[in-house]
Amino acid sequence: MAAAESYPEGLRYNAEHDWASIEGDVATMGITWYAQDSLGELVHYEPPDVGATIAKDNSYGEVESVKAVSDLVSPLSGEVLEVNERVVSAPEVVNDDPYGEGWLVKIRLTDTGELAQLLDVDAYKRHLADL
Amino acid sequence: MQTLSRTPLYERHVALGARLVPFAGWEMPVSYDGVSSEHRAVRTDCGVFDVSHMGELEVEGPRARELLQSLLANDLDRIGPGRAQYTLLTNERGGIVDDLIVYELDPCRFLLIVNASNREADYEWLKGRELRGSDVRDVSDDYALLAVQGPRSIERLGLDPAPAFTFAEATVDGLECLVGRTGYTGEVGTELLVSADDASALWDRVVERGAVPCGLGARDTLRLEVCYPLHGADITPETDAISAGLGWVCALDKDFTGVEELRRVKEAGPSRRLVAFVMRDRAVPRQGMAIAGGGEVTSGTHSPMLDRGIGLAYVAASAAEPGRELTIDVRGRERRAEIVRKPIYERKE
Repeated sequence: MAAAESYPEGLRYNAEHDWASIEGDVATMGITWYAQDSLGELVHYEPPDVGATIAKDNSYGEVESVKAVSDLVSPLSGEVLEVNERVVSAPEVVNDDPYGEGWLVKIRLTDTGELAQLLDVDAYKRHLADL
Repeated sequence: MQTLSRTPLYERHVALGARLVPFAGWEMPVSYDGVSSEHRAVRTDCGVFDVSHMGELEVEGPRARELLQSLLANDLDRIGPGRAQYTLLTNERGGIVDDLIVYELDPCRFLLIVNASNREADYEWLKGRELRGSDVRDVSDDYALLAVQGPRSIERLGLDPAPAFTFAEATVDGLECLVGRTGYTGEVGTELLVSADDASALWDRVVERGAVPCGLGARDTLRLEVCYPLHGADITPETDAISAGLGWVCALDKDFTGVEELRRVKEAGPSRRLVAFVMRDRAVPRQGMAIAGGGEVTSGTHSPMLDRGIGLAYVAASAAEPGRELTIDVRGRERRAEIVRKPIYERKE
């Protein structure tokens, strides 16, 4: 069952509808409720390789619904520590729980200074209101 | 900016919270609650689709049959009044102008239900070839069309079972319809042709009877699982019926537009064939993706029943047998698939 619309307080966001949750120098990332709702039920997640380096504002993978494919735009730079294999085998988990079970990747940050460039929840909601 | 047409059921779709998209000049529902759940409703129970965007052409007159026999690939002599037939409108090169279903209303009157995107082209094709004694009319705006599909669809509508490709005038909850035993899902079902004025009332009755509203997204995944071709993707004016595996629709023993070319392709054997495939790697194939060694995906999606990528593709006839591996270029990544027998999905009884 699809999740209800929500944007948790503690997360950081980018304008491309990706979120990041920061613990120390590790970020867990995924796509927002708005992104999964726009795509519809996800049927495929093309993850990056563990150990790969991903760069802020660049594509690190793809998510795909029946009708559309969308690049995942990394909000932050770092090295891929872990990929959510549960989402690889059951991509619809992202629709059910975009901020929890539906996380996509964990990275070790290479530049914590980038955090300041992300949106907080209020700024992200203002961005959504302007779409 | 082109103005999009709306079917008589547009307000119903908005009220149900449908995701509406432009399709063939129409503003149509792609899904309501989600493609996969709608798909499963049709495979297991009953779904209803608004397909009022499709065109209806009427061909009438003492020479109506003669006109259609000369333009349509299938043989009308195989059917009679009360029967319908899947057929093709072909060009001189044997290419497919459109695929359609023809209903024999009576020996001098035929109804053609055609693809929305080809409605004008089909009308002009037929109108331009009219005989003295055959009148072609576009009656699309008079009608709405509801496809009610799924193993429980007939029971839910309170209809009696009837053979596929038959039709009759009947009422559903007092509303008069032309009830055709046809569809585009591979399931038992019916297509209800109803006057545009009665469309909303019929939709409400059908939904009250338990049919799940389904959008064009599920319509596409359902048809692809059973390998029904989509005009404009798998079959076009540039592709011939033999290569597309539609030789069974072509009565090569009668005369119709393009028959010589189709006989030649049949005789020589086509150089390429439209095959069905299932992804072995996890990936969703899409229209236009290249196949290593030559060939192209013409339709691709994620199959809700198989939970795999599936599709149709043209490949060299020498490399078209089931079991053969294909390598598909999925946005720069090589992904493996296997050619399978059609249909890709079949219900296990």
